[in-house]
Amino acid sequence: MPTTTIDGHVISIDNEGFLTDPDEWSEDLGKSLAAQIGVDLTDEHWRAIRFVRSDFVEQGETATLRRIGVVGGIPVKTMFALFPQKPAKKLAYVAGLPKPHGCV
Amino acid sequence: MTTTEHAAVVPSFGEDQAGRKLAIICSKGNLDMAYPGLVLANAALGEGVETHLFFTFWGFDMINRKTMADLKLTLLGNTAMHLPQGLGGIPGMTALATHQMRKAIDDLGIPEVPEFLQQIVDSGGHLWACRMSADMQGLEEADLFEEVEAIISAADFIELTAGAQLLFI
Repeated sequence: MPTTTIDGHVISIDNEGFLTDPDEWSEDLGKSLAAQIGVDLTDEHWRAIRFVRSDFVEQGETATLRRIGVVGGIPVKTMFALFPQKPAKKLAYVAGLPKPHGCV
Repeated sequence: MTTTEHAAVVPSFGEDQAGRKLAIICSKGNLDMAYPGLVLANAALGEGVETHLFFTFWGFDMINRKTMADLKLTLLGNTAMHLPQGLGGIPGMTALATHQMRKAIDDLGIPEVPEFLQQIVDSGGHLWACRMSADMQGLEEADLFEEVEAIISAADFIELTAGAQLLFI
Protein backbone atom coordinates (compact mmCIF):
# COMPACT_ATOMS: atom_id res chain seq x y z
CA MET A 1 0.00 0.00 0.00
CA PRO A 2 1.45 3.40 -0.96
CA THR A 3 2.37 5.92 1.66
CA THR A 4 3.18 9.59 1.51
CA THR A 5 4.64 12.07 3.95
CA ILE A 6 2.81 15.27 4.72
CA ASP A 7 4.36 17.69 7.22
CA GLY A 8 6.27 14.82 8.78
CA HIS A 9 3.18 12.56 9.05
CA VAL A 10 3.67 9.28 7.20
CA ILE A 11 0.21 8.16 6.03
CA SER A 12 -1.18 5.20 4.06
CA ILE A 13 -3.08 6.38 1.02
CA ASP A 14 -5.02 5.07 -1.98
CA ASN A 15 -4.01 5.83 -5.56
CA GLU A 16 -5.54 9.29 -5.40
CA GLY A 17 -4.05 10.30 -2.07
CA PHE A 18 -7.01 9.72 0.28
CA LEU A 19 -6.12 8.15 3.65
CA THR A 20 -6.91 4.44 3.74
CA ASP A 21 -6.81 4.13 7.52
CA PRO A 22 -8.96 6.64 9.40
CA ASP A 23 -7.07 5.73 12.59
CA GLU A 24 -3.91 7.32 11.20
CA TRP A 25 -5.69 10.66 11.33
CA SER A 26 -5.19 13.31 14.00
CA GLU A 27 -6.36 16.90 14.27
CA ASP A 28 -2.81 18.00 13.61
CA LEU A 29 -2.74 15.94 10.40
CA GLY A 30 -6.16 17.39 9.46
CA LYS A 31 -4.62 20.87 9.53
CA SER A 32 -1.81 19.74 7.27
CA LEU A 33 -4.20 18.03 4.82
CA ALA A 34 -6.36 21.17 4.68
CA ALA A 35 -3.31 23.29 3.97
CA GLN A 36 -2.41 20.98 1.07
CA ILE A 37 -5.69 21.84 -0.66
CA GLY A 38 -5.70 25.51 0.24
CA VAL A 39 -8.33 25.41 2.98
CA ASP A 40 -7.86 27.48 6.15
CA LEU A 41 -9.66 25.69 8.95
CA THR A 42 -12.14 27.70 11.02
CA ASP A 43 -14.41 26.52 13.84
CA GLU A 44 -17.11 25.82 11.24
CA HIS A 45 -14.77 23.58 9.29
CA TRP A 46 -13.95 21.70 12.49
CA ARG A 47 -17.64 21.23 13.23
CA ALA A 48 -18.04 19.55 9.83
CA ILE A 49 -14.89 17.47 10.30
CA ARG A 50 -15.95 16.25 13.73
CA PHE A 51 -19.43 15.37 12.47
CA VAL A 52 -18.20 13.23 9.55
CA ARG A 53 -15.57 11.57 11.73
CA SER A 54 -18.10 10.53 14.39
CA ASP A 55 -20.74 9.64 11.77
CA PHE A 56 -18.20 7.40 10.03
CA VAL A 57 -17.63 5.47 13.24
CA GLU A 58 -21.38 4.87 13.59
CA GLN A 59 -22.30 4.27 9.95
CA GLY A 60 -19.12 2.77 8.50
CA GLU A 61 -19.29 5.12 5.52
CA THR A 62 -18.61 8.75 4.78
CA ALA A 63 -21.64 11.05 5.03
CA THR A 64 -22.93 12.68 1.84
CA LEU A 65 -23.72 16.41 1.70
CA ARG A 66 -27.37 15.54 2.19
CA ARG A 67 -26.60 13.64 5.38
CA ILE A 68 -24.25 16.35 6.63
CA GLY A 69 -27.17 18.77 6.19
CA VAL A 70 -30.00 16.68 7.60
CA VAL A 71 -28.18 14.81 10.39
CA GLY A 72 -25.15 17.05 10.98
CA GLY A 73 -27.13 20.30 10.78
CA ILE A 74 -24.68 22.01 8.44
CA PRO A 75 -26.56 23.47 5.45
CA VAL A 76 -25.47 22.60 1.91
CA LYS A 77 -24.81 26.29 1.17
CA THR A 78 -22.43 26.50 4.12
CA MET A 79 -20.59 23.40 2.94
CA PHE A 80 -19.99 24.94 -0.48
CA ALA A 81 -18.65 28.07 1.24
CA LEU A 82 -16.34 26.09 3.55
CA PHE A 83 -15.01 23.67 0.93
CA PRO A 84 -15.57 25.26 -2.49
CA GLN A 85 -16.27 23.28 -5.67
CA LYS A 86 -16.21 19.75 -4.27
CA PRO A 87 -17.28 20.02 -0.65
CA ALA A 88 -18.00 16.36 0.11
CA LYS A 89 -14.72 15.09 -1.31
CA LYS A 90 -12.61 17.86 0.16
CA LEU A 91 -14.14 17.39 3.59
CA ALA A 92 -13.58 13.62 3.37
CA TYR A 93 -9.93 14.22 2.48
CA VAL A 94 -9.28 16.65 5.32
CA ALA A 95 -11.11 14.35 7.77
CA GLY A 96 -9.02 11.36 6.69
CA LEU A 97 -12.02 9.38 5.38
CA PRO A 98 -12.80 7.64 2.06
CA LYS A 99 -14.75 9.56 -0.56
CA PRO A 100 -18.53 9.32 0.00
CA HIS A 101 -20.18 6.57 -2.07
CA GLY A 102 -23.80 7.65 -1.74
CA CYS A 103 -25.45 9.31 -4.75
CA VAL A 104 -27.39 11.92 -2.78
CA MET B 1 25.43 10.89 -2.33
CA THR B 2 22.16 12.63 -3.06
CA THR B 3 18.79 12.34 -1.40
CA THR B 4 15.56 12.49 -3.33
CA GLU B 5 12.67 14.57 -1.99
CA HIS B 6 9.35 12.95 -2.86
CA ALA B 7 6.50 15.40 -3.32
CA ALA B 8 3.50 14.68 -1.06
CA VAL B 9 0.71 12.81 -2.85
CA VAL B 10 -2.45 14.94 -2.68
CA PRO B 11 -5.72 14.19 -4.53
CA SER B 12 -6.60 16.36 -7.47
CA PHE B 13 -9.86 18.15 -6.87
CA GLY B 14 -10.37 18.78 -10.54
CA GLU B 15 -9.11 22.31 -10.82
CA ASP B 16 -8.29 21.30 -14.40
CA GLN B 17 -12.01 20.85 -15.00
CA ALA B 18 -12.83 24.45 -14.21
CA GLY B 19 -15.28 25.78 -16.76
CA ARG B 20 -17.11 22.48 -17.25
CA LYS B 21 -20.84 23.03 -17.71
CA LEU B 22 -23.85 20.69 -17.75
CA ALA B 23 -27.32 21.38 -19.15
CA ILE B 24 -30.17 19.04 -18.21
CA ILE B 25 -33.51 19.23 -20.01
CA CYS B 26 -36.31 17.81 -17.85
CA SER B 27 -39.27 16.97 -20.06
CA LYS B 28 -41.17 14.42 -17.97
CA GLY B 29 -43.64 14.89 -15.13
CA ASN B 30 -43.80 11.38 -13.67
CA LEU B 31 -42.34 10.81 -10.23
CA ASP B 32 -39.91 8.17 -11.54
CA MET B 33 -38.69 10.37 -14.39
CA ALA B 34 -38.20 13.43 -12.18
CA TYR B 35 -35.41 11.85 -10.17
CA PRO B 36 -32.75 11.06 -12.80
CA GLY B 37 -32.31 14.75 -13.63
CA LEU B 38 -32.31 15.77 -9.98
CA VAL B 39 -29.79 13.13 -8.92
CA LEU B 40 -27.44 13.90 -11.81
CA ALA B 41 -27.69 17.66 -11.27
CA ASN B 42 -26.89 17.19 -7.60
CA ALA B 43 -23.93 14.95 -8.42
CA ALA B 44 -22.58 17.40 -10.99
CA LEU B 45 -22.80 20.31 -8.55
CA GLY B 46 -20.96 18.28 -5.94
CA GLU B 47 -18.18 17.85 -8.49
CA GLY B 48 -17.92 21.59 -9.06
CA VAL B 49 -19.70 21.54 -12.44
CA GLU B 50 -21.83 24.57 -13.38
CA THR B 51 -25.31 23.08 -13.82
CA HIS B 52 -28.47 24.37 -15.50
CA LEU B 53 -31.85 22.62 -15.56
CA PHE B 54 -34.47 23.53 -18.17
CA PHE B 55 -38.04 22.39 -17.45
CA THR B 56 -40.19 21.88 -20.50
CA PHE B 57 -43.48 20.20 -21.47
CA TRP B 58 -44.46 17.64 -18.83
CA GLY B 59 -41.30 18.51 -16.92
CA PHE B 60 -43.13 21.69 -15.96
CA ASP B 61 -44.96 19.62 -13.35
CA MET B 62 -41.66 19.47 -11.44
CA ILE B 63 -41.65 23.24 -10.90
CA ASN B 64 -45.37 24.02 -10.94
CA ARG B 65 -46.26 24.83 -7.31
CA LYS B 66 -49.57 22.98 -7.71
CA THR B 67 -48.08 19.70 -8.90
CA MET B 68 -44.41 19.55 -7.82
CA ALA B 69 -45.09 17.83 -4.50
CA ASP B 70 -47.66 15.49 -6.04
CA LEU B 71 -45.93 13.72 -8.95
CA LYS B 72 -47.09 10.18 -9.58
CA LEU B 73 -45.81 6.81 -10.70
CA THR B 74 -48.05 4.62 -12.85
CA LEU B 75 -47.81 1.02 -14.00
CA LEU B 76 -49.51 1.89 -17.28
CA GLY B 77 -47.16 1.84 -20.22
CA ASN B 78 -44.27 1.03 -17.89
CA THR B 79 -43.20 -2.51 -18.73
CA ALA B 80 -40.20 -2.17 -16.41
CA MET B 81 -42.61 -2.66 -13.50
CA HIS B 82 -42.88 -6.30 -14.68
CA LEU B 83 -46.55 -6.56 -13.74
CA PRO B 84 -49.54 -7.26 -15.99
CA GLN B 85 -50.53 -4.00 -17.68
CA GLY B 86 -54.19 -4.69 -16.85
CA LEU B 87 -53.41 -4.11 -13.16
CA GLY B 88 -52.45 -0.52 -13.91
CA GLY B 89 -56.02 0.36 -14.85
CA ILE B 90 -57.48 -0.76 -11.52
CA PRO B 91 -58.61 2.28 -9.47
CA GLY B 92 -56.13 3.15 -6.76
CA MET B 93 -53.22 1.36 -8.43
CA THR B 94 -51.40 4.57 -9.39
CA ALA B 95 -51.79 5.87 -5.83
CA LEU B 96 -50.41 2.61 -4.46
CA ALA B 97 -47.42 2.57 -6.81
CA THR B 98 -46.72 6.23 -6.05
CA HIS B 99 -46.90 5.62 -2.31
CA GLN B 100 -44.46 2.72 -2.55
CA MET B 101 -41.97 4.66 -4.63
CA ARG B 102 -42.11 7.64 -2.27
CA LYS B 103 -41.43 5.33 0.65
CA ALA B 104 -38.50 3.67 -1.13
CA ILE B 105 -36.99 7.08 -1.92
CA ASP B 106 -37.52 8.31 1.62
CA ASP B 107 -35.96 5.14 3.06
CA LEU B 108 -32.78 5.99 1.14
CA GLY B 109 -32.72 9.48 2.68
CA ILE B 110 -33.39 11.11 -0.67
CA PRO B 111 -35.56 14.24 -0.50
CA GLU B 112 -38.91 14.82 -2.19
CA VAL B 113 -38.94 16.88 -5.37
CA PRO B 114 -39.41 20.40 -3.90
CA GLU B 115 -36.75 19.88 -1.23
CA PHE B 116 -34.40 18.30 -3.78
CA LEU B 117 -34.77 21.33 -6.06
CA GLN B 118 -33.94 23.57 -3.09
CA GLN B 119 -30.82 21.52 -2.38
CA ILE B 120 -29.77 21.91 -6.03
CA VAL B 121 -30.23 25.68 -5.84
CA ASP B 122 -28.35 25.83 -2.51
CA SER B 123 -25.52 23.96 -4.23
CA GLY B 124 -25.34 26.66 -6.89
CA GLY B 125 -27.59 25.09 -9.57
CA HIS B 126 -29.77 27.15 -11.92
CA LEU B 127 -33.43 26.42 -12.70
CA TRP B 128 -35.08 27.71 -15.87
CA ALA B 129 -38.66 27.37 -17.14
CA CYS B 130 -39.60 26.95 -20.80
CA ARG B 131 -41.50 29.89 -22.33
CA MET B 132 -43.60 27.78 -24.71
CA SER B 133 -44.67 25.39 -21.93
CA ALA B 134 -45.64 28.33 -19.71
CA ASP B 135 -47.71 29.83 -22.52
CA MET B 136 -49.40 26.52 -23.35
CA GLN B 137 -50.37 25.96 -19.71
CA GLY B 138 -51.23 29.61 -19.04
CA LEU B 139 -48.67 29.84 -16.22
CA GLU B 140 -46.54 32.76 -15.02
CA GLU B 141 -43.49 32.98 -12.78
CA ALA B 142 -45.76 33.41 -9.74
CA ASP B 143 -47.17 29.93 -10.42
CA LEU B 144 -43.72 28.34 -10.33
CA PHE B 145 -41.29 27.23 -7.62
CA GLU B 146 -39.79 30.44 -6.26
CA GLU B 147 -36.21 29.46 -7.03
CA VAL B 148 -36.85 29.27 -10.79
CA GLU B 149 -34.74 32.14 -12.13
CA ALA B 150 -36.88 33.01 -15.15
CA ILE B 151 -39.15 31.79 -17.91
CA ILE B 152 -36.96 31.80 -20.99
CA SER B 153 -37.18 30.72 -24.62
CA ALA B 154 -35.49 27.62 -25.97
CA ALA B 155 -33.08 29.88 -27.84
CA ASP B 156 -32.17 31.70 -24.62
CA PHE B 157 -31.42 28.37 -22.95
CA ILE B 158 -29.23 27.22 -25.83
CA GLU B 159 -27.38 30.52 -25.65
CA LEU B 160 -26.74 30.46 -21.92
CA THR B 161 -25.55 26.86 -22.00
CA ALA B 162 -23.03 27.42 -24.80
CA GLY B 163 -20.31 24.79 -24.57
CA ALA B 164 -22.21 22.70 -22.02
CA GLN B 165 -22.63 18.95 -22.06
CA LEU B 166 -26.32 18.18 -22.46
CA LEU B 167 -28.71 15.60 -21.05
CA PHE B 168 -32.30 15.21 -22.27
CA ILE B 169 -34.55 13.38 -19.85
